[in-house]
Amino acid sequence: MSFEVQSSSPLTLERTAPMDSSQQAYQARLRRRKTWEGLVFSLFWGAVAITALGLFIILFFMVANGWQAITLTFLTEAPREAMTQGGILPCIVGTVCLALGAMAFAFPIGIASAVYLSEYARPGKTLRLIRLGINNLAGVPSVVFGLFGLALFVTYFRFGVSILSGALTLGAMSLPVIIGTTEEALKAVPNTYREASLGLGATKWQTIYRVVLPAALPGILTGGILGIGRAAGETAPIMFTAAVFFTPSLPSSLFDKVMALPYHIYVLATAGTEIEATRPLQYGTALVLITLVLGLNLMAILYRSRLRKKSR
Amino acid sequence: MNKNIKVSTKNLDFYYGSSQALYDVSLTFPSNRVTALIGPSGCGKSTFLRCFNRMNDLIPGSRMTGEILFDGQNINQPSVDVVTLRSRIGMVFQKPNPFPKTIFENVAYGLRVNGIRDRESIQERVEESLKWAALWEEVKDRLHTSALGLSGGQQQRLCIARALAVKPEILLMDEPASALDPIATQKIEELIHELKKDLTILIVTHNMQQAGRVSDFTAFFYMGKLVESNETQKIFTRPRLKQTEDYITGRFG
Ligand SMILES: Nc1ncnc2c1ncn2[C@@H]1O[C@H](COP(=O)(O)OP(=O)(O)OP(=O)(O)O)[C@@H](O)[C@H]1O
Ligand SMILES: [Mg+2]
Repeated sequence: MSFEVQSSSPLTLERTAPMDSSQQAYQARLRRRKTWEGLVFSLFWGAVAITALGLFIILFFMVANGWQAITLTFLTEAPREAMTQGGILPCIVGTVCLALGAMAFAFPIGIASAVYLSEYARPGKTLRLIRLGINNLAGVPSVVFGLFGLALFVTYFRFGVSILSGALTLGAMSLPVIIGTTEEALKAVPNTYREASLGLGATKWQTIYRVVLPAALPGILTGGILGIGRAAGETAPIMFTAAVFFTPSLPSSLFDKVMALPYHIYVLATAGTEIEATRPLQYGTALVLITLVLGLNLMAILYRSRLRKKSR
Repeated sequence: MNKNIKVSTKNLDFYYGSSQALYDVSLTFPSNRVTALIGPSGCGKSTFLRCFNRMNDLIPGSRMTGEILFDGQNINQPSVDVVTLRSRIGMVFQKPNPFPKTIFENVAYGLRVNGIRDRESIQERVEESLKWAALWEEVKDRLHTSALGLSGGQQQRLCIARALAVKPEILLMDEPASALDPIATQKIEELIHELKKDLTILIVTHNMQQAGRVSDFTAFFYMGKLVESNETQKIFTRPRLKQTEDYITGRFG
């Protein structure tokens, strides 16, 4: 069975009454508007295409060069023979520990600061100054954070080169991002929720804790995890504070030195005895690092969509 | 102090920063009566309503002078605890604003924040409030699903139930039916009739028929000033001022 579309007299959508001067002028203007429309659309589409292409090329390059290195041994064993053989398990564990440690430190402080700044602080000069400081912190190069971590955590607090020092440094580095995204997420919570809650006799803190934070949580967590993911891929901040060239054993306490993926790549690519021979290992390590970071992001996205669904 | 006056304002001025929104409003609200606040858009009805539970405190730079006496006590005294005040004066907003929680948790919210822990009494109070708001039959089988899945009219009745659960003495309603269809509106109007046995109601409305149907007293505002107030019957049949008559009959506004 099919539908026969009876074409009666074709419908013309032309304007019969000219809007101003003449029908012709209108048509000419319409053509010009459509040309612009097409042009602008292509430009924007092109911008998206370039971005997507860049990402794709990077991923393809990494996978093409690195996939051969990825074996079970590579993922589950320590390096051997001056790091030309064996695996990168200590680096994976080290990076995961650093990322988790950074989260444990930066989430509570970052979220608490953001809550204070956007819910409690009175708008004014002081608040503007603090915001300015935080924004500038986000622009500080990562190597500066590395030196800061070395001076404060490693030396002054005597944590030594350790997971603790590295995690604190990475955490400090992601604080501006976490504070920023948390503030955004808090601002996105409609004021009507706050008014409804306060109107029922809730205190400010009850309102924040029971209504505002849960509503903002998906945004806070994704932003925070993205921030940590970004930091976990950095070499400079952990170079002086947590990472070592080589240690075959897995960490057993917060005060242990660790190997870490980004630093391992750096070491293999610049300081090894056989830089060329370890190329596949370098790409393999990079691939693992990318996968970890992307995996972290994916987790954030999945978690957010689950939270969203729950609150619908 | 007059026993029958639940709340009253005396020479109330209100400012948003430097712009004045209310001028010298003095008005009394009798216990267990419904008072309708009417007037053209922007005349300050919401501002006035939000003075009673000090919701305007949230707006930076706003300022209120004059007195609001609630059971004879000035609510603007520093000694007044606004958290307690707000638990005694409930509010229903113009747009339904349920929390993104379950239906049950929405109604239970006010009880929980006020420190009630006992599961059974919470359950009882939730059911009672939902019945009061004429919503129980529609939601009793899905109490633990999200409140955002309700229709606009149901959401508004949920907000009313939520406000009633904390047993306020005054209910402030800011155009509670403006987003609702005639049937939901009628339900809310019936509800208001029921509620005034137990509490004092202030209701903002743009709908003159509604004001006529639900209220005992009516106050007409224009550009931040109280123009005329009286028993609804009298205002609607024999307003003292031409301005009021014009507004009520729809000749301006
Ligand atoms: N947050 C605010 N900041 C500054 N001015 C405000 C604010 N809220 C309201 N106003 C102004 O105060 C005046 C009264 O506003 P209000 O909301 O009380 O009017 P309304 O009578 O409730 O109007 P409507 O019927 O449209 O709801 C208006 O001129 C409005 O622009
Ligand atoms: Mg209003």
